[in-house]
Amino acid sequence: MNRDLRSLRRALLHLVLAVIAALYLSPLLYMLVTSVKTREAAQSTTPQWVPDPFTTDAYREILTSADSPVVTWFLNSLLAATGHAALVLVTAAPAAYALARLRFRLRTAVFSVVVATLFVPPVVLLIPNFLIVNELAWVDTLPAVIVPAAAGAFGVFFLRQFFLTFPGELEEAAELDGCNRWQIFTSIALPLSRPALATLFLLSFLTNWNDFLWPLYVLLSPEALTLPAGLGNFQGANSIRYDLLMAGAVIASVPVLVLYLVAQRWVIEGISRSGLKG
Amino acid sequence: MNDALTRAPGAAEQAVPARAASRMRWWTPYAFLAPYLALFTVFMLVPIGFGLWTSLHEWDINLPAKPFVGLANYADLFDPGSVDGSRFWLAMRATGVFTVASVPILIVLPLLVALLMNGRFKGRNVYRAVYFAPYVLGVAVVGLLWRYLLDGNIGLVNHYLGLDVQWTTDVPPAWIALVGVTVWWTLGLNAVIFLAGLQDIPRELHEAAMVDGAGAWRRFRAVTLPGLRPVMVFVVNATILASANMFGQSYLITAGAPADQTKTAIYLIAETGLRQFDMGTASAMSFVLAAFLMVASALVFGVFRDRDKR
Repeated sequence: MNRDLRSLRRALLHLVLAVIAALYLSPLLYMLVTSVKTREAAQSTTPQWVPDPFTTDAYREILTSADSPVVTWFLNSLLAATGHAALVLVTAAPAAYALARLRFRLRTAVFSVVVATLFVPPVVLLIPNFLIVNELAWVDTLPAVIVPAAAGAFGVFFLRQFFLTFPGELEEAAELDGCNRWQIFTSIALPLSRPALATLFLLSFLTNWNDFLWPLYVLLSPEALTLPAGLGNFQGANSIRYDLLMAGAVIASVPVLVLYLVAQRWVIEGISRSGLKG
Repeated sequence: MNDALTRAPGAAEQAVPARAASRMRWWTPYAFLAPYLALFTVFMLVPIGFGLWTSLHEWDINLPAKPFVGLANYADLFDPGSVDGSRFWLAMRATGVFTVASVPILIVLPLLVALLMNGRFKGRNVYRAVYFAPYVLGVAVVGLLWRYLLDGNIGLVNHYLGLDVQWTTDVPPAWIALVGVTVWWTLGLNAVIFLAGLQDIPRELHEAAMVDGAGAWRRFRAVTLPGLRPVMVFVVNATILASANMFGQSYLITAGAPADQTKTAIYLIAETGLRQFDMGTASAMSFVLAAFLMVASALVFGVFRDRDKR
């Protein structure tokens, strides 16, 4: 009796969760379906869940149209996100290592200043960072969307937490073997923290790939845009071409969804265990 | 949401091993820090001061003369009769409306989802992955998609609800749309953070409460909520900050319509500073907004600290 009740409750729970899950994903399915419809079908007043006729015209048009160099946007996004994630790792890892494992006079001071900036609302950086990027002649170029965001303290904190958990014996043994600090860092600390480094790379990549406001204002010419900024501008000019817009949205979604499917646990656990940026 | 790590649950401080420094030159740690600190200085420390400096000037990027005007940009914002002042407070109102409307939902619903998923059952990770999926998409995709689904004439939302509502050009429907889209987009984020927090609550506490005869609601009040307190402080704070920084949804779905009523503060700051190049005014706006955000954070901490004392 009790067991029947429990399995009934379990079935009910599954039903509720499955219905919510289906509803949850249905907008994404509709995006995909609409991207393979004709222009007319995409604007039909009755929902069409099976495209009739099926066509890849929207993809062909958005990929070849001069107003929407989607391939260029895609490559820009890929370069920017990869470059940004790599820059975060290269700068944050040694800094986090020093703050976690080395003793030096200004350690507390440096750490306090970096911590303090976590409480500064990022909105105050928007205008001055634009002016600085402008001084560097980076406006309308990829460094503008790769470099400034790497100044955020997130990566340093994320890796510092990880480095703090290392047992000190490993480093001492390496020191007795005559390793200097840099060798200890590269041959012991980095290999041991591969999961943390991979998670940070992934989170930085996703954040940069999806970033919208900053690239929208700091990148101007059509061939310099990232995908989100390009699609945002494209919508402004083609607000009723939902077939094209959904095709563009699918193109922007595929890389992150693939990454997410492959590394879902790392993404979710990295975010849920450490909070996140963005 | 940058303030995650300082407050993240379980952030343990540990002593650095005493012998580690023995063979190190004095400048070694600084060499490790240098690349990051260079970025940090140029794109974090300098901009904070530079922004404040800009806000004290009449600053147009295209004009050579950038006269010092003292607090005039701020005075202008606090003069409701001025053009900048009226636009700014309309935008602050939009940010306030969105924050007040979205934050409670973005706390309660994800908590419910996390509680549902906190049991051990088959497929739990699949559900978790599904609810989290929209969040990895980014606001551009989410905005384009929902602009389509919310279209007043051909949108799916009106069709299935049997309504004829202009979600993108009419208030209050636009607020319902913007909050709804944001919930769909970020519910999974808060849910996985809550779920991680729930899993950190020792099972023994629940079992002890059960032995004492506490019902489900009583256990939720006496064990679950107190156990979630650090996570709750973090989530509430991060959600307020995220909602107060809402930009993409408004930009793509309503474009600020009707009559700038859904144009948020950060949207106005970006337009004022980076489209019209009135950077002095825009900087002043950003510091006023920042002051509001810091007060909000302080209030959240205050509320949760008081609860702790009782």
